[in-house]
Amino acid sequence: MSATEKRADPSEPAAERRDAMRLLARATLAELSAAWDSIADKPVVAPVRGPETGLVMVRGRIGGSGDPFNLGEATVTRATVRLSGGEIGHGQLLGTDKERARYAAIFDALFQSPAHRPAVEALQRQIAARLLAEERRKAEETAATRVDFFTMVRGED
Amino acid sequence: MYVAVKGGEAAIQNAHRLLADRRRGDRSLPAITIEQVVQQLGLAVDRVMAEASLYDRSLAALAVRQARGDMIEAIFILRAYRTTLPRFGSSEPIDTARMKIERRISATYKDLPGGQLLGPTFDYTHRLLDPSLLGDGAVAEPARKEPGEAVMRVSDILDSDGLIEGDGTMPEGHVPGDLTREPMEFPMPRDLRLQALARGDEGFLLALAYSTQRGYGRTHPFVGEIRIGEVEVELDVPELGFAVSLGVIRVTECQMVNQFKGSANEPPQFTRGYGLVFGQSERKAMSMSLVDRALRTEEFGEDIVAPAQDQEFVISHADNVQATGFVEHLKLPHYVDFQAELNLVRRMRRDYETARDGEGDMKEAAE
Repeated sequence: MSATEKRADPSEPAAERRDAMRLLARATLAELSAAWDSIADKPVVAPVRGPETGLVMVRGRIGGSGDPFNLGEATVTRATVRLSGGEIGHGQLLGTDKERARYAAIFDALFQSPAHRPAVEALQRQIAARLLAEERRKAEETAATRVDFFTMVRGED
Repeated sequence: MYVAVKGGEAAIQNAHRLLADRRRGDRSLPAITIEQVVQQLGLAVDRVMAEASLYDRSLAALAVRQARGDMIEAIFILRAYRTTLPRFGSSEPIDTARMKIERRISATYKDLPGGQLLGPTFDYTHRLLDPSLLGDGAVAEPARKEPGEAVMRVSDILDSDGLIEGDGTMPEGHVPGDLTREPMEFPMPRDLRLQALARGDEGFLLALAYSTQRGYGRTHPFVGEIRIGEVEVELDVPELGFAVSLGVIRVTECQMVNQFKGSANEPPQFTRGYGLVFGQSERKAMSMSLVDRALRTEEFGEDIVAPAQDQEFVISHADNVQATGFVEHLKLPHYVDFQAELNLVRRMRRDYETARDGEGDMKEAAE
């Protein structure tokens, strides 16, 4: 079974967690630490694994959509934490920032706690809004460099 | 017998101290920061990431600074660093069809869905030195426009008419090979060749690509499409049972469309070469796609007549860390080796002189 096939169905709860993790991987340290500071009843966080930095082999596809090949590696930092409520959270992101990975794991764990989930969702909305604005700006800047062709008619008839 | 000679410890220490001083340069000037290198020398950073085969902009910038701008030294440092890290796994293949496009051009179709998006290119600049960059003048904000329709792959346009061969496939059940884990063997399958080319030296691949254009293994290429932008990297996390996004990386992709191949069973079709490189590196991606196509010579039943078509030659010499290691090792002490060579050449000269004198004696005796 390929990894694509076991990818979670969007209707499953796993898909919501996956979306949250996707955004947490792109959160800035400032966003994460501010969100953590604003949580009133902080659970106790115990490290389970890491944070640790390692490599992921990034794969491409031959011709763009053909069979996979190994393109090259990327640094990845991951962490796993357990909250006093028993929730286990995983954080994993590109780069070597251990603090961000630890926070991402904490918020993944908080996402599974009904009491804390709204705080995580607020953070998700904040990250998503920032990313959307950045993507929008880049797309508009790129669109301004689109070539408009016109034909010049030379000579008569 | 192998005799080790020690010495030069103080000289080496002082040489490295001198290197640190020269690297820092004039202390009255501010030191460059890693963030400045990332932001303002971004394409140097991209090249180091691509050829070190390690995507990490900050570490690549650190390597550039540490190497005083010597690119191959920086690539070497970053390669060495990667060997200190454990591997967590392999990503899901990145999906370049869903790239957030920053540049996209085609030389085969003028009007195509998504259009020609020039992006931040050096093309059409006049290549005149810009004196305004001597100072730190204000730079205008980029222009903006409402984005148009989504971009479409040029290969899909040609494919819908059956005019081009499909994306590359490997034999059923093939696991992508990994050069960092297995020794090189020839003939090498295309997936491994692409890995080698993606980390290969830009200058070497550029020269080989150029040689195919000049007639050493001509492939009649057209740039079907070049696209630069960000793609998500997803990793399957066993604890979770699904793949999660780790963030985005910028890559450059080149689809080269080359002249036809057909057979008794198949009508003629365009063939393809593929280039995919970390960062923004169009020259490298184009060179890679030209060399990829040239290396498929045998697959198309063509004769190997040029260097760019010889996979053992190309792949064995594309890695600049290996190449610089072997070339530069020549400057390390070879005192004993050289003594042996000296003895040998002296003995050969003695033999030569003896033979010559002997010949002289023989001639005299004959006369």
